[in-house]
Amino acid sequence: MAEIELRQVEKKFGDLHAVKPMDLTINHGEFVVLLGPSGCGKTTTLRMISGLETVTGGTIWLNGRNVTWRHPSERDIAFVFQFYALYPHLTVRQNIAFPLESQGESRETIEQRVKEVVDLLRIGHLLNLRPGSLSGGDQQRVALARALVRRPEAFLMDEPLGSLDAEFRETMRAEIKRLHIEQHATTVYVTHDQIEALAMGDRIVVMSDAVVQQIGTPAEVYHKPANLFVARFIGSPGMNLVTVQYVDGVVSMPGTNKLAVPPDWRGALDEALVGGSGEVIVGFRPEAALASEHGTLVGQVYASDMHGAYTMLHVNLNEYDIVHVRSDRLVSFPIGTPVHFDINPDMVRFFDLKTEMAITRRSASD
Amino acid sequence: MTNVVLQNITKRFRTVTALKDVSFSIKDGEFFVLLGPTGAGKTTTLRVIAGLTRQDEGSVLFDEEPIDNLTPADRDVAFVFQQYSLYPTMTVFDNLAFPLRSPMRKTPEPEIRTRVEQTAEKLRIEHLLERKTAHLSGGEMQRVTIGRAIVRDPRLFLMDEPLSNLDAKLREALRVELKHLQKTQGSTTLFVTHDQIEALTMGDLIAVLNRGRILQIGTPEDIYDRPATTFVATLVGTPRINMLKANCENSTLYVTGSTIRLPIPICEEGMPPSFLLGLRPEDVQPHSGGEFPGEIALIEPLGVETILHIKSGEQTLLSLIPGLTDLRMGDQVRFNIIRERLHYFRQDGTRISV
Repeated sequence: MAEIELRQVEKKFGDLHAVKPMDLTINHGEFVVLLGPSGCGKTTTLRMISGLETVTGGTIWLNGRNVTWRHPSERDIAFVFQFYALYPHLTVRQNIAFPLESQGESRETIEQRVKEVVDLLRIGHLLNLRPGSLSGGDQQRVALARALVRRPEAFLMDEPLGSLDAEFRETMRAEIKRLHIEQHATTVYVTHDQIEALAMGDRIVVMSDAVVQQIGTPAEVYHKPANLFVARFIGSPGMNLVTVQYVDGVVSMPGTNKLAVPPDWRGALDEALVGGSGEVIVGFRPEAALASEHGTLVGQVYASDMHGAYTMLHVNLNEYDIVHVRSDRLVSFPIGTPVHFDINPDMVRFFDLKTEMAITRRSASD
Repeated sequence: MTNVVLQNITKRFRTVTALKDVSFSIKDGEFFVLLGPTGAGKTTTLRVIAGLTRQDEGSVLFDEEPIDNLTPADRDVAFVFQQYSLYPTMTVFDNLAFPLRSPMRKTPEPEIRTRVEQTAEKLRIEHLLERKTAHLSGGEMQRVTIGRAIVRDPRLFLMDEPLSNLDAKLREALRVELKHLQKTQGSTTLFVTHDQIEALTMGDLIAVLNRGRILQIGTPEDIYDRPATTFVATLVGTPRINMLKANCENSTLYVTGSTIRLPIPICEEGMPPSFLLGLRPEDVQPHSGGEFPGEIALIEPLGVETILHIKSGEQTLLSLIPGLTDLRMGDQVRFNIIRERLHYFRQDGTRISV
């Protein structure tokens, strides 16, 4: 078990910030995901926690101990890289036992602990094979086993599933989560894949341009994004974001569409906008838009695609203002057909056009 | 544009058979997707059509005429690759104009200008025309690459994973663009991908290829709702389909290692003694009065929906439900199975039609 705390941790390369000063506390047994596009600073953050990268400011604490300048080996943290990094000339058993042997553990201990992780990961049948003859998924399981066998204070994982094909990625995603729940080891997990982040994380740290954009549970980053970046980045496709005119409790959307602002939002908008009216960004998830014959909003089908269990409609409100509407799979909409829809008032969000930050309601539960 | 027929194409590289008896036809104006894992033979198929690789057996026909003896240039196809393959020192305009300025085509400059501007408008890159391509973002470069293919009016577009180097957000956006463009232009397109979402969302028809053989050709609905083999069933759909061993006894279907029992008429109609039952995750639905008991083994919230891992005996079923859930791990639940959407497969993986 481990609690990891970052206090004003930053990393600069010359004048360039790879990570701007950030605070983050990762609790005992928590699974925290660092999520963002490439170059956002997530991997650098992870490497600073591990000690593979030095900080240029701030301090890192492990169980209340300042480890900022401790060597990686003194931090008792196991690292799982994207690449399997197995020894090709050793068998699976030897690969897994390696960290224990180099720690000088007794033969019995090694045997016992290898058996434990092998059972956990269900790779007993692979023990005498060499990594070269294993599938990508099995290699990743062995890499995980080698990390687990040390029983470290914390796991740091850098896109461990990045190199796997889609099917294995799904399986391994669930397997790592299951392992985490059984072992309850503090885990920091880096990924650029928002689905992975939502599926696995107790909390998600969304990063972009060296800055933490939001820290929250999957439900929070999905339903209450702190700013436009998070609203766009989370979800597939991201949140619909439309620039609109707000006057007197009504927003005018592209085309001739008018949307009555839910009553509990009016106060917040009146306050947020200078003079109580003006341009604002309205946001709603594709599943918040409900297509129906009597919908009050209208646009034309720009494209529609079948996703297996549902259909995604891409609806052009005007010129080129396209919003995504998730709909029943059974309905077919050729390009150009009008689509009517309503927006679930509980799932409407608003953002400030200039600051790009979410506008919040004072008394709302969310 | 044109319609395309492949007749019994076989291609061997030394001892490896890359394509085995591959046949399909693409109608004029159709968006045809070749879907399969790495090494399936997708790119080889494209190269045979383009004339870059010579098949050992079989024939390629454009508008009913065999084209096997035509050079790649004479086949008049346009290729879009995964890599951008633009000229970095040229402007976007000159990159788009390049195919029209080829000595073979000798298009007059005023016509070139018109065609380039029309193309740029379609792809909404008008503002980039004077820019050097080296200064573009990945998404912009790929738009230009697509523009360079559509600027002329080839008989056929061949697209080899054109979206797979882009990040997820761009890929989503361009997928919609490409589809809209193809539908409004009516251009005949053969699109190669390993990504099942691209195949389902873009294709009019999908051919699933594995190890050089075609396993199924059908609409996205055919492929998703009536997969011909367990390979196809598992390849499309995310999360993946539940595939369970089952057998029939006294008109009842028993799922091996679980408490799932389904009285089903087909059990009286000569089902093999043991077979595989395929269940899409959205067809496994938790319900307070559900028919079967289970235990929540894992929860994966994805925002728009949630994947539940439901333990039923020794089996764990994936279930996909909309939105978030209040369920917790370890909760005892009940669930239903949508019977109209069950899939049955023989031990060899082929579909049992009911």
